[in-house]
Amino acid sequence: MFAFVLTTHLRGGAMWIRENWETSQINPAGFADFADPSRLIRCITQNQTETLAVAEEALRSGAVSLVIMQLSQPVGLTEGRRLQLAARDGDATGLAIIPEGMGSNAVETRWRCTPVFDPETGAEDSTLQRWELIKNKSGTLGVWHVRWDTAARRLVMVSPAGK
Amino acid sequence: MFDGIQRRVVSLWFPRLASDRVLRLRAFDGPFVLTLKQKNSNRIYCLNRAAEHQGLHPGMPYADACAFCPELQSQIAEPEQDHRFLRALCRWATRYCPWVGVDGTDGLVMDVTGSTHLFGGEAPMLGDMRMRLMRSGLSVQIGCADTRGAAWALAHYDEGIAPSGDMLAALTDLPVAGLRIDEDMSIALQRLGLRSIGDLAKAARAPLTRRFGPGLLLRLDQALGAQPEDISPHADPPHYAVRITLPEPIGLLADVMAGTERLLSQLCAKLKAQEMGARKLCLTLRRVDQGQQHVELRLARPLRDAKRILPLFERGLSEIDAGFGIDQLRLEATQVESLPIQQISHVSDRRQDRLDDLISRLGTRIGLENIHRFLPADSHIPERSFIIAPAAYSEPAGGWNSLNPRPLILFPPEPIAASGPRPPARFRWRRMSLTTGRATGPERIAPEWWLGDENWRSGLRDYWRVETREGRRLWLFHTPQNPSWFVQGEFA
Repeated sequence: MFAFVLTTHLRGGAMWIRENWETSQINPAGFADFADPSRLIRCITQNQTETLAVAEEALRSGAVSLVIMQLSQPVGLTEGRRLQLAARDGDATGLAIIPEGMGSNAVETRWRCTPVFDPETGAEDSTLQRWELIKNKSGTLGVWHVRWDTAARRLVMVSPAGK
Repeated sequence: MFDGIQRRVVSLWFPRLASDRVLRLRAFDGPFVLTLKQKNSNRIYCLNRAAEHQGLHPGMPYADACAFCPELQSQIAEPEQDHRFLRALCRWATRYCPWVGVDGTDGLVMDVTGSTHLFGGEAPMLGDMRMRLMRSGLSVQIGCADTRGAAWALAHYDEGIAPSGDMLAALTDLPVAGLRIDEDMSIALQRLGLRSIGDLAKAARAPLTRRFGPGLLLRLDQALGAQPEDISPHADPPHYAVRITLPEPIGLLADVMAGTERLLSQLCAKLKAQEMGARKLCLTLRRVDQGQQHVELRLARPLRDAKRILPLFERGLSEIDAGFGIDQLRLEATQVESLPIQQISHVSDRRQDRLDDLISRLGTRIGLENIHRFLPADSHIPERSFIIAPAAYSEPAGGWNSLNPRPLILFPPEPIAASGPRPPARFRWRRMSLTTGRATGPERIAPEWWLGDENWRSGLRDYWRVETREGRRLWLFHTPQNPSWFVQGEFA
């Protein structure tokens, strides 16, 4: 969801890169509420090396403003730095979806997003999330509880649930 | 009135084109037929002379033919190949004159006006044609006359050369079928007693037109030269390839790129003249040791802009091993699509261009078929509510609206242990023990019976949106006709 919210906030297209063994896939009918599916392009790669190469190329081109890659192995410092330089050249944002505990030291920020059960609100508006900034090179860390306002298409910050 | 050289037309008819083509490759003297599935049975499409002597004829069922002639050999006909062979013959025939057209499926028609003297007159020219065609194993009938219709009639019914001038005298004894009319009409004419072209020419014209329509007399006039008739030569398809041969071999990447740039600008000018755009390009580099290397480039959309195509070649060219040097470059657009000239608009479309370039560049690395775009589809089945189309061959489309919330992530159904029509209070999924906090549903989705989908064999599905106390919001479904529970997706 973090990725899709980011897609909405950045103007221009997005690219989603995943490896071909992955069985789960993003559902355009589901994320249509967050971002316009026609702006998204999906690439399927053979392995992580290809994923990183495609991501670097896409970031550098400046044709898309957000590149989302699904990674399964840790990213080394060199690769992370290369992606960063590419992102700076192309004025684009790169986002890696990583498994727990596999972050790279090269990144600017790292977030942990977990859905939170909210017993108070109704069933039709249950998008409460806890977004935790767990690494930030240029600032402080923080925790936010947010929910998605479908009608306004924007993020609403709320106080922590159940307190 | 200027009365120049008398027009002369040669008509070639290959009565056994299809079987001759096959028998050229496999020598066989016995009866041989080509069969084609027509009218729901295997019928004879074309046969050789030996088979004709056995009493077989085209259109006869193949089973009957086998009964008549046990030693019969056969093969399946390929009309497409025959047509290609005829086109090759058409090209061959331009050695006699430049104006050659294809006539139906088994004939050629040539306007030899003014070129006969190069072969020593009409008769030696026709003799030369016949000799060369016979040597290559083709049976042919040749007619030569002042008009296309008369030449056709002679080729089919009475081989020979009609003396220039009076066509009626040459055709007068030929049957009416020689006028290129259909079979029903020729039978009807014979019933009227008009058996030969001479009879028809003598008959009154008005009643004939009233009975048979204007087509019959048009054909007669065309044969006799009262009405003109064209021969349309087959135009060569435009050829999108350019090459450059170098006096000294080159090996540096910058040099090869410069050569490619020169070729590209030529090719793009060619493409622009035809209003075409290249979709696939192939650059062939010939080395001095005769080795060849190819660089393929597939583009995300048809292009003919040399400046934009050139950088896309960089990656492919950097992998080339120049060896002792490259002395020839050849660039061919192997696949082209029409790209009409467009008005330049003041609204800048640079972003779209850049995206297309990016897709082309990524396509050279991971393949264009691996870059997708989502298109909406009209289906309630969650897996089929969208189409995944290759981004290079589709346009983005809108119209995404779902009445019910759909999960962000879909995966193949994963079974969980539960029973009963309502979602379980506790369940285990992916080694996590989850407690249901709130369940919304059911939303019943019926399978699309008109599409036999294996995954939907278990019948109806009742979808529930389950919010767990642990936080995850899952999409569960229950199959009442075949009781079991599955997890299929995850919400935001």
